[in-house]
Formats: sequence, C-alpha cells, structure tokens
Amino acid sequence: MTKGGALPKGFESPSDLGSQEKYEEVKPSSKTMTLRISKFNPDKDHAPTFLEFPVSYEKWTTVLDAILEAKNYHDHSIGVRYSCRQAMCGSCGMNINGKPRLACFTKISELDSDVVTVEPMNNFPLIRDLVVGFERMFSTHKRIKPYIIREDSEISSGTKEFLQTPEDVEKYIQFSSCIKCGLCNSACPTMAADSTFIGPQGLAQAYRYIADNRDQGKDERLKIIDERHGIWGCHFAGSCSQVCPKGVDPAMGIQLLRGYLLGYRK
Amino acid sequence: MEKDRKEGIRGMANPGRYGIERVAYWLMRITGLGLLFYFIGHIYETSSLLDGKAAWNSMLELTQTTEGHIFLTLVIGMCVFHTGNGIRLMIAQSGFGFGKPRRPDYPYTPSSLNMKNKLCIYVSIGLAALAMMYGLGVMYDV
Ligand code: HEM
Ligand code: SF4
Ligand code: FES
Repeated sequence: MTKGGALPKGFESPSDLGSQEKYEEVKPSSKTMTLRISKFNPDKDHAPTFLEFPVSYEKWTTVLDAILEAKNYHDHSIGVRYSCRQAMCGSCGMNINGKPRLACFTKISELDSDVVTVEPMNNFPLIRDLVVGFERMFSTHKRIKPYIIREDSEISSGTKEFLQTPEDVEKYIQFSSCIKCGLCNSACPTMAADSTFIGPQGLAQAYRYIADNRDQGKDERLKIIDERHGIWGCHFAGSCSQVCPKGVDPAMGIQLLRGYLLGYRK
Repeated sequence: MEKDRKEGIRGMANPGRYGIERVAYWLMRITGLGLLFYFIGHIYETSSLLDGKAAWNSMLELTQTTEGHIFLTLVIGMCVFHTGNGIRLMIAQSGFGFGKPRRPDYPYTPSSLNMKNKLCIYVSIGLAALAMMYGLGVMYDV
C-alpha cells in the first residue's frame, strides 16, 4: 500500500477509474520451451525414459503448470504429486534442471533455459515418475519429537497459555517455516551416501523445539541426535540452505544446535 | 536409475551445483585424504633415516624430480587450504558467525551462507595458490 499519493497502476480502486474497471492488457510472450519428463516405474520398467513436450509459457508459468499441461493434454499417465500450488504443502519437490526445487514455486522464466528437465528428487525412494516416498523422512522427523515437551500443559486446570515475548519467538520462528518438502535432504551430500543420517530437515526441527523456551525436552532430543548418523554427520556443505524454499536455513540450525552439545550454549 | 535414487559418492563429490560452500566441502575432503596419504608417505620417507645416510639421501632425491616438485607443490596447497578452511569450519561448526535467527522474509538469504564464510573460503583458496607459487619459486630457484 502506498501512503498518500496515487496507487500503482492496476491497483486503483474502481472509484478512481470512473464507472468502468480498466485492466492493463497483458500481452502473451508466447515463448516455447521443451519440457523433458522422466518416466520410470521401478516395478515394471528397466530404465527411465524421457518424454518430451513443447510447452509455451509466460513470465509467470511455473514448472508445475507446464507438467500439468503435459499431463492433461498429452499423457495422462505422468505421475506427479502436488496439492497447494503455492509452496505450502511441500509435496511437489523434484529435480528441475539438476537441482531440487518446488515445481509450483519455480517459474520457467527464471530457469533461463530452452530445455527444462524434471526428474524425481535424489536420495528418496522412487514411487513412480516424479513421485518419491517420504516415509523415512517423516519417521525421522517424528523421532526427534517435533512437539513441545513439558510436564504441565496449557489445557490442564490452573495453567494459562504459555506466554512468550517477541524475542522468544524470534529464536525459533524461522525454523518453524519448514514444510517438509525434503529438498534439503535431497541436496545434502551426507544424505547421498548415508541413508541412516537424520538429515537437515530433522536436525533443523530438533533445533526449532530446543530453542523454544516453552519446551523442556532439550536433553531427550540432544541424546537422540548425538551420534555419527545424527548431528556429527553434518559437514556444513550448506547445500540444504541453498535449496530450502522457505528460508529455514537448516545449516544454521544444525551449527547452532552443535553449540548445545559442545557446551557453548545452555 | 536405482529405485532408491541414492546419489552415493558421485553425488557427494559433485561440487558443481550448489555454490562455493559445496566446492569447499569437496576440497576439504579431498585435501584431508590427500594429507593423510602424504602423512603416511612422510612417515615412510623419514623412517629411511634408520637405514643410514645413504638411504635417506636417496629418498630425498625422489623429491628433486619434476614429479616430486609437482607433488610437493600440491602438498603445500592442500596444507594451506585445509588449515584455512578447517579454522573456518571449527568456528562455524561451533555455532559462531551466523548472527541470530530471525523471521525469514522473501527473498530468503540464508545466514549460514553469509559473506564472512564465503570470504574465508576464497581467502583459503587464494592463500593456497600463493603458497604453491612461492613453493614452486623456491624449488625451481627463481
Ligand atoms: C592445522 C591443521 C588442520 C586443521 C585446522 C584441520 C581441520 C579439520 C577440520 C575442521 C576437519 C573437519 C571437516 C568437516 O567437518 O568436514 C578436518 C577433516 C579432516 N582432516 Fe584436517 N585439519 C588439519 C590438518 C590435517 C592433517 C595434517 C591431516 C592429515 C594427516 C588431516 C586430515 C583430515 C582428514 C582425513 C579429514 C576428513 C575429511 C573430511 O571430513 O572432510 N587434517 N580437518
Ligand atoms: S528445511 Fe526447507 S528444504 Fe528442508 S524440508 Fe523444511 S522447508 Fe523443505
Ligand atoms: S504443490 Fe504444494 S508445495 Fe508445491
């Protein structure tokens, strides 16, 4: 909202425009690119094949839009998982031109390429085509106890809601933005070689709850992550934070978490 | 393509996709292993002293060849990068140098990939290159 002065073009209220609403005409850019989709059903096929579709796109067309166009008009059998289409549900993670990204949050125009190749994410078991299984990530997430642990509760009689200052919230709010899309686990070099590694997703969530001053489960969680396939598997390559679409910065959470184990943090 | 899509060592090594921090990760592993390899060789080399002066001298001759010079130059580079980047990692992995967590705003810029860390990586690479050039200068008497 601009204070005083006129609103930007296209945002005027109808009264500014007289009786008729006017919209700036948007000219289609009519660019075309080739979408390559990996097709592979591990139960039936021997090797993956790539389907190619010419797709025209605008500045705002997302990779998910393009995949759905191919699925709706060319090949209904393309396996793709999505739900919210707005980077909220975390289901559409895939390798787009070699890097894990959310298909609904990646515009074709930003890829700056005439060929867009989509493949399933690495380091997750493949279900079919672009869809990978999240069972292990979800069970690892559960293992680090992703909830406030304390003896009393906000709903038991005699207690009120647990108050926090804005500063208290600031300590963990960034890490609570995680949508469990798994992009970080897919980019992680330790995850690539060690499938029992807790992974950046789970470790960042361990930090999220430990840093929450309502929580009293610090010791329990530290015990779970204090092992070779836990926090010590991280070598701070930073790739998790490079790909996280929500600004969680798991690499930061993990290094801060180490501070507790090394005694720099209480 | 395997069913579990695990990238394995290839994915671990691939330094091309994720910025300078991933390159540093890769160099750290390679130089760590390289130094370990050198360290074992170095124990073998120095243990030749026990066989007398002639044995020791003939061992030293090995480093006076072109291959020997290239090898030692690489060792110098590995040492300097591994130490520089190792100090950065020890500080960062203790949770220092990131500032405080804060409410993320789009476009998200992760504090763990901040300029301080990038600069330390570039300086480590730069110092390694300088040390290698100096070493070459000494070995070739320029
Ligand atoms: C002052 C000198 C040194 C410093 C500050 C240093 C520091 C470090 C640090 C912090 C790591 C962990 C990196 C990570 O988390 O991924 C590491 C790894 C390693 N270092 Fe060193 N180091 C030094 C000298 C050496 C020497 C002389 C050798 C060989 C004999 C060596 C061999 C290794 C190996 C094999 C690794 C494992 C590779 C890896 O995990 O990436 N280091 N070093
Ligand atoms: S930390 Fe980021 S990349 Fe990882 S699962 Fe959560 S939202 Fe996705
Ligand atoms: S469809 Fe929900 S995150 Fe992409």
